[in-house]
Amino acid sequence: MHQVARSSVDWNAIREDFPILREQVHGHPLIYFDSAATSQKPRNVLNALRHYYEHENANVHRGLHELSSRATDAYEKSRKRVASYLGAATADEIVFTRGTTESINLVAQAWGGKFLRAGDAILLTEMEHHSNLVPWQLLAERTGVRLRFVPVRDDGTLALDQLSSLLTPEVKLFAFTHISNSLGTINPVAELCAKARAIGALTLVDAAQSIGHLAIDVQELGCDFLAFSGHKMCGPTGIGALYVRAEILDAIPPWHGGGEMIVSVTLEKSAFKKAPHRFEAGTPNIAGAIGLAAAIDYIERIGRAEIFKHDVDLANYAMHRLAELPGIRLFGPSGPRGALVGFVMEAAHPHDLTTFADQYGLAMRGGHHCNQPLMRRFGVPGTTRASFYFYNMKEEIDRMIEILREAVRFFK
Amino acid sequence: MNSELEELYQEVILDHSRRPRNFGDLPDAAVRVHGDNPACGDEIHLGVKFDADGGLQDIKFTGHGCAISQASASLMTMKLKGKSRAEVLEMFRAFHDLVTEEAAEAPKLLGDLRLMQGVRKFPQRVKCAMLAWRAVEQALQQDTGESTISTETDLVAS
Repeated sequence: MHQVARSSVDWNAIREDFPILREQVHGHPLIYFDSAATSQKPRNVLNALRHYYEHENANVHRGLHELSSRATDAYEKSRKRVASYLGAATADEIVFTRGTTESINLVAQAWGGKFLRAGDAILLTEMEHHSNLVPWQLLAERTGVRLRFVPVRDDGTLALDQLSSLLTPEVKLFAFTHISNSLGTINPVAELCAKARAIGALTLVDAAQSIGHLAIDVQELGCDFLAFSGHKMCGPTGIGALYVRAEILDAIPPWHGGGEMIVSVTLEKSAFKKAPHRFEAGTPNIAGAIGLAAAIDYIERIGRAEIFKHDVDLANYAMHRLAELPGIRLFGPSGPRGALVGFVMEAAHPHDLTTFADQYGLAMRGGHHCNQPLMRRFGVPGTTRASFYFYNMKEEIDRMIEILREAVRFFK
Repeated sequence: MNSELEELYQEVILDHSRRPRNFGDLPDAAVRVHGDNPACGDEIHLGVKFDADGGLQDIKFTGHGCAISQASASLMTMKLKGKSRAEVLEMFRAFHDLVTEEAAEAPKLLGDLRLMQGVRKFPQRVKCAMLAWRAVEQALQQDTGESTISTETDLVAS
């Protein structure tokens, strides 16, 4: 088992900040083990959203009245907050989007559309979420770009020994996930970025599962693009961001056209703003950005290092206890992993297990988790996944084991 | 014990899911339909033979998936074998109502299929129960050949 120093945070007290954790489901207290799908929100985020709509709501950037100033300031302050959270050099490198998926589509269409052509290759991995796969498939169809994949080993880690044969000069982009949402595998981002850079390829990191769980410094990691969603890190849905390294930002053409991203418009043509505003057409998710900044504040008050310790603690404990169950197969590495465990049981199909668990208030996810190629590679139609966050406790894992034992009896 | 779970997963249904009837390939099938429920990974491959009047002379399936999808397919094939086209469509509608309508009475014509009534309390599982039925509905729309259906889109692609 991977040992880390015990955390000093009072995790029980932290649960008080999350009103939804008091919910009853089918007459049982909610045990929320689906944070990889979406995280719950602390009161300060809920308050920030309410405060915005009660005191600051107006459209941004164009207005000359007081409320518009407040909204614009709050929105741009949120951008700076995201920049500092990521260790970006400037706030101009942060484009607000709807989330990870939209961010990746932006890169595929705007950057990929301009810079990639037939003969080029994009390197992905077998463990990518559909959101870091399908946009590249669409690009490949349009431009003739070829897709390659780093294989996944049986233990859920990437076959990094094959990297040098895969990272050849035709590869213009290496896009990969930081933490696998099905396996929990944590990929060595800095190392992968360095290897890609060495052959002149750019890198894109899908940080959806890592953004709220461990410290990310884009300059240290050396990635060119990084995509994440706010709703997986205690922020509201409908907001996320794309980090783009300044040096490549200006060359990327506009993606969506419309208001906000233009400088001047005639009937025939338009002149566009600089980045990041060039990539933010239309009224943005202003409240979302403000809620995201509040989520960042909340997470940083706890500290991402502490959160990661708690994650590792929970994941290790879950792996250890799940292994006690009869007829269970666990997926992903036995070493350091993110705060989630995917498994299958002989007793019942993932969908039947999650339906059963739900009746006892336990929220898990059963299915392919938007990882159909990965499931195929492991020869399963899907897994049951329990994913944790810092508001989960070991006692909840104990309860999960009880419920799963009961399920084994029930389905016999 | 949770009564809704007991009803959804009663012994007969679990038995059908573990030992599905009419399971296997139908070598001289006139029509084959492949169906999937991407949401949870259920798959069905249906083989159908028609008699001279267009009724269901023989029907078999293979596939894998959750207990609900497999049991539903097993019970369905037992019920539909030998039925006329019109009867099959009538049962399709009745079964759909059975698993979606909260209050409705279970029609007698469904016979053993009424065991699946528990699904109506689990709306997320309706697609599982309906997968086999959507496949047979598709099968009736073609005299020969293969096609694919999905519970996600209800689109037909051949």
